Amino acid sequence: MWMRFIGQRLLQLIPVLAGVSMIVFLTMHLTPGDPIEHMLGQAGRITQRQIDELRAHYALDRPMLVQYGLFLKRALVGDFGPSYSHLGRPVREVVAERLPATLELTLFSFALALALSVPVGVLASVRPQGLFDRLATAGALLGISMPGFWLGLVLMILFGLRLHWLPISGRLDLGLVLPSATGLNSLDALIAGDGAALWSALRHLLLPGLTMAAPMAAMVVRMVRSSMIGVLSQDYVQFARAKGLPERAVICKHALGNALIPAVNVVALQAGLLLSGNMVIEVVFQYPGIGKLAVDAISSADYPLVQAIVLIYALSYVLLNLGADVLHMVLDPRIRRPQEGR
Amino acid sequence: MSQLLLQVLNLQTRLLTHRGALCPVDGVSLAIRRGETVALVGESGCGKSMTALSLVRLVPRPGRIVSGQVLFDGEDLLLKPDAEMRRIRGRRIGMVFQDPLSTLNPTLRVGHQIEESLRVHGVARGPAARQRSVELLEAMGIPSARERLQSYPHELSGGMRQRVMIAIAVSCEPDLLIADEPTTALDVTLQAQIMDLLARLKAERGLAILLITHDLGVVSQFSDCVAVMYAGQIVEQGPTADLLQNPRHPYTQGLLRCVPRLGRPDLEILPIEGSVPDTVSPPPGCRFAPRCPEAWNRCWTEMPALRPHGEGRTVRCHLYAEPQLLAGEGGME
Amino acid sequence: MASPWVEDATLEPTPGTPPGTLKLLLKNRVALASGLVLLGFVIVALFAPLLAPHDPGKQHPEAIRASPFWLPGGDIRFPLGADSLGRDLLSRTIYGARVSILLGVVVVLLTLVMGTGLGMPAGYFGGWLDTVLSRAVDILLAFPFLIFALAIMASTGPNLVALVSALAFKGWVDFYRVARADTLAARESSYVTAARGIGASTPYILFREILPNIAPPLIVLATLRMAVIIIAEASLSFLGIGVPPGIPAWGTMVADGRGDIAGAWWTATIPGLAVLGLVLAVNLFGEGLRDALDPRMRR
Repeated sequence: MWMRFIGQRLLQLIPVLAGVSMIVFLTMHLTPGDPIEHMLGQAGRITQRQIDELRAHYALDRPMLVQYGLFLKRALVGDFGPSYSHLGRPVREVVAERLPATLELTLFSFALALALSVPVGVLASVRPQGLFDRLATAGALLGISMPGFWLGLVLMILFGLRLHWLPISGRLDLGLVLPSATGLNSLDALIAGDGAALWSALRHLLLPGLTMAAPMAAMVVRMVRSSMIGVLSQDYVQFARAKGLPERAVICKHALGNALIPAVNVVALQAGLLLSGNMVIEVVFQYPGIGKLAVDAISSADYPLVQAIVLIYALSYVLLNLGADVLHMVLDPRIRRPQEGR
Repeated sequence: MSQLLLQVLNLQTRLLTHRGALCPVDGVSLAIRRGETVALVGESGCGKSMTALSLVRLVPRPGRIVSGQVLFDGEDLLLKPDAEMRRIRGRRIGMVFQDPLSTLNPTLRVGHQIEESLRVHGVARGPAARQRSVELLEAMGIPSARERLQSYPHELSGGMRQRVMIAIAVSCEPDLLIADEPTTALDVTLQAQIMDLLARLKAERGLAILLITHDLGVVSQFSDCVAVMYAGQIVEQGPTADLLQNPRHPYTQGLLRCVPRLGRPDLEILPIEGSVPDTVSPPPGCRFAPRCPEAWNRCWTEMPALRPHGEGRTVRCHLYAEPQLLAGEGGME
Repeated sequence: MASPWVEDATLEPTPGTPPGTLKLLLKNRVALASGLVLLGFVIVALFAPLLAPHDPGKQHPEAIRASPFWLPGGDIRFPLGADSLGRDLLSRTIYGARVSILLGVVVVLLTLVMGTGLGMPAGYFGGWLDTVLSRAVDILLAFPFLIFALAIMASTGPNLVALVSALAFKGWVDFYRVARADTLAARESSYVTAARGIGASTPYILFREILPNIAPPLIVLATLRMAVIIIAEASLSFLGIGVPPGIPAWGTMVADGRGDIAGAWWTATIPGLAVLGLVLAVNLFGEGLRDALDPRMRR
C-alpha cells in the first residue's frame, strides 16, 4: 500500500520535473543574441577554438528541441558542462564542493525553526488572547513581514559588530581544521569528538540560521496555534482530562499529536520559503554555499552553473512536498487505514 | 440504608459570554447514595451536561463554578487542589460522554487509551496493563478483545466504541460513574445492550451511576431516582416509579405527556408550548411560568423554592406550597 | 470578545460582500491604523518630488556617510543621514517608495486579472481547460518563487519589464486557485441557477453574477500577495538583479549600504526598515480586511 502511494506520487512528479527542466533550459536562451558570447563576455581571454568547441558542445546550431534533449540527457547524469567562472571546472564538481554547506545551513535552520515555533504555538494556543498569545501573534506577524536581507544585516550589526558575540561570516573560526567526512561541519565535529570545532561551527550557523528560519517559524507558529485551538475544543481532549491525565500529557500527547497533522502540509510549504531565502541569506553572510554560488554565477552569466543550481533547488522543493504528503499519511491513521465498517 | 456518596449543594456555574453572564447551572442540589442510580433528565440546553462537568471541575473556559458544594464521600471537591482532583477523576469518578467517536482520540490505538488510564492511576503498567485491558474489553462483551486493542476508534462500530469508553471509565474501579447521554448516539438495539451492560456493572461492582439523559424510557427502566432539570435548576426529584406515576411539577407532567405509552393509544401526545428561556436575563419568577398551563400571579413574580413533598420527593412549584390550591385543583391531568 | 478563537489558514468562499463590512473594518483599530499608514506611504510615493528635501541621485561630497540628525555628527539638512556617495537618505527612501508601491500594485493587479481570468473559466466550464491549467499550476508550484525569478533575471539582466514578468509569472497561481474553487462552488448555487433560468448569457453570468460574489476573498488575497511581492522585489534588487541601477529602490540601497555596516549602519538599515514598515502595514490591513469579511466574525 505504501509502495503504491509513493510510486503514484513519484509518477506525478515526472511532468512537473519535465516542466521545471524546460524552464531552466530556457534561461540560457531568453536574451537575444548568442548565449556563448554572453557567457564568455565575462570570462576574459578565450580562444576562438574554445568558443567553437563550446558551440558544438551545446549544439547551438541544431533546433531547440535537440538542444533540450541534449540538456536533459546530460542533466540526468549530472553533467552540466564546464563552469567558466571557475576556470572551466565541471559544474558538477563546483556545486558538489559547496552543497554540504547549504545542506548544513538548511537543516540547521529547519530544526531551529521547528524547535522555536512549535512550543511557542502550543503555549499561545493554551490561553488564547492572553498576553503570551498576543506577543506570539505579533511576533509571527513581524516574522513574515521582515525582509530576510534586512533581518540578517540587523542581526549581524547587533550581535556581530556591536556586541561581538557571534561571527558574521564563514563557517569556522580561522585556524580550525576539521577532517571532512560529510562536509557538514557540525556533524564532522561530532564524529571527530572535537568540541571546540563543534562550538565554532554552531556559532557560525546561528545568525544565518536564525535569519533563514524566521519566516518559516512565523508561519508555523500561526499554523500550530490555530490548529491547536481547534483541537483543544474537541471532545477527546476533555475526555482525556476526565480520565485524570495531567494537563501536560493532555496537551502534548493528545492535543498536539492531532494538531500536527494538518500542520505538516503547511510546514512543507514553509520549508519552501526557507529555501527561497537561502540565496539572499548566503549573500548577506558571505556563506560559502550554493546560494551564494548561484548569485555569483548570475553576475558572471555562467548559465550552466545557474541551471544546475536552480534544478537542485527545484528538486529539493518537489521532494519536500512529497515528503510532506508521506508524513501526513503516516501521522493520520484515518488515512492509513480507512474505516472498514463493522 | 447505604451512605451518601455524592451530595451536591446549591451548585452554581456561570458562563461569561459577549452577551452577558449565563448561568447554566443555577443552584442545583443532588444526592446519590452508594450503588444507587440517579437519572438527571431534561431538555437540551437545560444545563445537565454542564452540571456533570461541574461535578468534576472540568468546566471549559469561559465558564466558572461560582458557588456551592460538591461533597464526595464527605469531602468538598470544589476546595481540593488540582493535583488531588486529577487523582479523583478517572480513579474514583469515571465519566462516559455522548459521542464516542469524537471522545476517543482518533490517532491513538484503543488499547493504548485504556492502558493510559491504568498507568496514570498506578493500577497497572506494561504487560499487566495489557492483560487488564483485554479482561476489561471481554467484560464489556467485546469479542476478540486482544486483537481489538490494536484498533483505532474509527475502525470500530458505534456500539463497540461506546463499550470501549465505558471500559476506560470503569477501568480503575471508580465509586461513581457519570454517564452523559451514553445512548443518545446509538440506535435502539444498541441502546438496550449498553444499558444492560451498565446494569450489569452496577450489580457486579456496586457502582453508583449518575445517568444524564433526555430519554424517559431509559430512565424508567434503569434508575432508582430521578431529578428533573429545567433552565439550570432542579424542578422535581424523587424515586423513579413514584415520580413517573405521579408527576407533580407541571414540566414533568408535560414531559410525560410527550411520550407515547404502549397500550394507551388513546392518550394524546401533547408538546409543551414555547421554548427554553434565555438565561442571560431570566425572568424574576418561576422559569417555567411562560410555558406552564397552571401558572398564576405568584409564579411570575416569585421564584419557588425546592421543597419536600411526600416521602423522598421534592418539588419546585408554588402549586404545592399552597395546600388549598391542591384541594381545589383535584386531578392534575 | 471581538476576535476569532480560530484563525483560518485558508480563505472560505464568501458569496458577496456582507453588509456592514466597512463598519466592522473601521471598528478594528489595528486595521484602521495600518490602513492610514498605508495611505501615508502612498501619499509619500505620489508626492515624492514635493516631499523629498533633495534630489535622490545628487551626490553631496560634504555629506558622505553623514549620520542621521539624532546621532552625534548629524545634520538636520540630511535628516536620515547620507550614503557612501553623499546622497541624502531621506530623499532616496522617499523615492524608493515609488518603486516598491508601483511594482507591487502593478504585479498584483496583473496576477489578479490573470489568475481570475483563467480561474473563472476553469471553474465554470471545467473540461480540458481545467485539466491543462491544473497541470501547469502543479508545475509552477514546484518552483520556489525567488529561485524562479532569479533564473529569469539571470538571463535578462536588470530590466523592469522582465522584473514584472518574473514576479508575476508564478504569482497568479494563488488567485487562480481561489477563483476556480469559488466559481466552481458558485456554479452550483441558487443565484446562478436562477440567472440561467431567466436566460442570462454566460458572459453575463460570469461577470455580473459570479464575479462580484467571489471578489471579496480575492481582494484579501491581493493585499496579502502585495506584501510578498514587495519583499520579493526588494530581495531581488538587493541581489542586484531587480530594479535597474539608476532607479532608487530600497533593496538596492541596502545592498549599497552593506559595506558600511561597521560604521554608517543607517545606510543599510533604514531602507530595510521602510520595507518592513510598508509590508507590516499591508499585512495588518489585509488581515483586518479578512476579519471584517469573515462570516464568523459577524455577531
